[in-house]
Amino acid sequence: MMQEAAAHKTASEAAPLLDVRDMTVQFFSRHGTLTALDNVSFAIRPGEVLGIVGESGAGKSLTGASIVGLLPDSGRVTAGEIRLGEQRIDNLDRTRMRRIRGREIGLIFQDPQTSLNPLLTVGKQLVQTITSHLDMSAAAARQRGIELLRDVGIPAPERRIDSYPHQFSGGMRQRVVIALALCADPRLVIADEPTTALDVSIQAQVLALLQDLVRKRGLAIMLITHDMGVIAEVADRIAVMYAGRIVEIGPVRQVIDSPSHPYTAGLMSAIPKLGDRARRLVQIDGNMPRLDAVPSGCAFNPRCPRVMDICRVERPQLRPARAGHAACHLYPALPQAET
Amino acid sequence: MMVAQTQRPDRAASTPQLVVKDLRKQFDLTRSVAGRLLGHQQYLKAIDGLDIEIARGTTFSLVGESGCGKSTVARCIVGIYKPTSGQVLFDGVDIAQMRGRKVMLPVRRRMQMIFQDPYASLNPRWRVSQIIAEPIRTHGLLPDRQAVQKRVDELLVQVGLAPGDGRKYPHEFSGGQRQRISIARALASSPDLIVCDEPTSALDVSVQAQILNLLRDLQEELGLTYLLISHNLAVVAHMSTRLGVMYLGRLVETGDSQLLFGQPLHPYTRMLLSAVPDVGGAAVKRVAIAGDVPNPISPPSGCSFHPRCPFVQDKCRMVPPVPSMVQGRLVACHVLAEHGELPA
Repeated sequence: MMQEAAAHKTASEAAPLLDVRDMTVQFFSRHGTLTALDNVSFAIRPGEVLGIVGESGAGKSLTGASIVGLLPDSGRVTAGEIRLGEQRIDNLDRTRMRRIRGREIGLIFQDPQTSLNPLLTVGKQLVQTITSHLDMSAAAARQRGIELLRDVGIPAPERRIDSYPHQFSGGMRQRVVIALALCADPRLVIADEPTTALDVSIQAQVLALLQDLVRKRGLAIMLITHDMGVIAEVADRIAVMYAGRIVEIGPVRQVIDSPSHPYTAGLMSAIPKLGDRARRLVQIDGNMPRLDAVPSGCAFNPRCPRVMDICRVERPQLRPARAGHAACHLYPALPQAET
Repeated sequence: MMVAQTQRPDRAASTPQLVVKDLRKQFDLTRSVAGRLLGHQQYLKAIDGLDIEIARGTTFSLVGESGCGKSTVARCIVGIYKPTSGQVLFDGVDIAQMRGRKVMLPVRRRMQMIFQDPYASLNPRWRVSQIIAEPIRTHGLLPDRQAVQKRVDELLVQVGLAPGDGRKYPHEFSGGQRQRISIARALASSPDLIVCDEPTSALDVSVQAQILNLLRDLQEELGLTYLLISHNLAVVAHMSTRLGVMYLGRLVETGDSQLLFGQPLHPYTRMLLSAVPDVGGAAVKRVAIAGDVPNPISPPSGCSFHPRCPFVQDKCRMVPPVPSMVQGRLVACHVLAEHGELPA
C-alpha cells in the first residue's frame, strides 16, 4: 500500500502531481468583486515539499482552500485550471470533489483542537474516515487506524485509539490529525500552518514526522506557513506570495540565501536570526495592500526600495531569475545581474 | 521591608532597576468549598522560587514553552497578580506586598506593560489620543488639556505615527500600527521599566521587524529597561542583554544572552535552541527531543526536567537542583554542578 520512496530522489524530473495554472479566485459581494488570488501558477511533484509563505492576507490559505474546493460561498475560481495527475479538479461538482478530498488530497489544519470532533473517540473518527474513502470493514478499518497511529508516533496505539481528543496533548493531537489526513493513503497533503499552535520542541517533533512521511511514503506536501524557519527546515522549493500573487518561486536555499525579488529579500532580512544581536533588522515600511486597493502594476511597488517607472504601470510576470522564477521587472532587464 | 520603604531609593546606576527574589506564585485549584474544608486542596505552582536582576537600560528576557510561567512572572511584577511570597524590588523598594491604589500609583507610573494582542488591549470606543492620554491624566502629569494634547502628538511621532492619527479609532489601524499605539500609551507616563509580554507574536515578520527596531531605538533614546517575555527565541536573541530560560516555574539557566545562545549548557536550553527552525540553515547540532512538558499540577519530583533529560542521574529524580555558577552563568542542574559540563 505504501508507495516506494524511490520517487523522492527523482522528484525534479517526475511529472507534476499537482499542477495549478493561472488560477484566479474572486469574491463577489454587494460591494463589488475582489480578486483574492491573481494568476497563481505552481506545480508539486511526487515526494516534494512545496512551501507557500507570505504574510497574513497574502492568499496562502486561500490557495490551499481553492485547490480542494473549500472556498466560501461567495468565492469562485474564475480562471485557470487545477490538475491532480491527469485529472482536472477545478470544475468538479461537490460530490466528486468530496471524493478527491481525503482520498487523493489529505488536509491538515493549524489547530488540532478544532479539527477533531471532541465527542467521538479518535478510533471512531479514524474508522469513519477510512470506511468513507476505502472499501473496508469496520474491523479492518480499526486495524488500519491503529497502524496509522503507530506510523505517526503515538505510543501504545491499541489503547490510545479509544481515547477522546482531549485526552491527548497538543503535539499528540496534531499527530492524530496527521493520521486522519493519511487515512486513505493520499498522494498529496495540504498542511496549513500545521505547527503554528505548537511549542518549538513539539513543533520540531511534528516537522520530523512530516519529513519522515515524505521519505517513507513518497508523499507530496504543500506546506502553508508564515514561519520561514519551518520552510527552511522542511521544504524543497518555496513560493512566496504577496497580495494574492506569487512573487517568487524556486529552490529553498536559493530563495532564502539569495532571493531575487525585493520583497523576498526584505522579508528574509526582517527575520531576526539566532546569535545576531548587533544588527538592526531591515524593515519593509508600510503594510501589504488590502485586496480592494491593490496598486496597479506590481503590487509591491509602493514599498519597493528598487521601484522603477515600469513597476507602477505594468504587472510583472513570473520569469526565470537565477535558479528560480520571480515576478519583478528587474529580471528581464538585467538577467542574472548583480549578486 | 520597612527599612527599604523608609530609605530613599538609591537611584545610582549601580542599583539594578528590578530585582526579583525567591518569587513564588501558587494558584488554588480546589474546586469546591467542601473540598477546601476537608483539606483536599490542589495547587498549581506557577512560579516556584525565581530570582532575577535587571540592570538599568538593559533587556532581560524570559523564554520557555507554554505553561512554563513566564507570563505569570510578568503579571506578578507589574502587580496584576499578587505573589504568594517573595520580593519584587523596584529601584530597591519592595512592591510585591504593596496594597492599595494610592501606594501603588507612583510605582505604576514608572512601570508599564505592552501586551501581546493589540486588538484586545486597546479600548475600541476610545479615540487613539484618549487612549494615549489616559496614563497622563491618571497620574496627573500635565496641568491642562493643551499640554496633554501636545504630549500625545509628540508620543505619536515618537512611535512613528502622525499627530493626526490621534483622532482615529483603533479599528482604523493595522496590527503593527496598533502595537505602536500600545507603545505610545506605555511611554506616556515616562516609565523606567516596560514589561513586554510577547509584543510581536501577533504580527507578521516585516511588521515585527518594525516594532523590534522601534523598541530598540526607544531604549537607546530614553534609557528604558525592558523585561521581554517571548517564546520566539530568534526575537529574544535579537533583543536581549541577559536571558532566563524557564521550565515549569523555575529558571534552569540565566546569564548573558550571547553566552547562552552561543554555548547553552543546561540540557533543556540545548534542546530548546536546537528545536528552533532557523532560516540560517547552518546545520545546528540536533539534540534528540522527546516528550512533552509535564503537567504543572503534578510536576515530576526532583529536577522537573528529569523525565525528558538524556543525562538524568539518580539524584535528579529526588532532589531539586539549586542554581549554581557554571562557566559564567547560573544553571540549575546536578550534573553540571558536579562535573562542570555534560557528558559527551
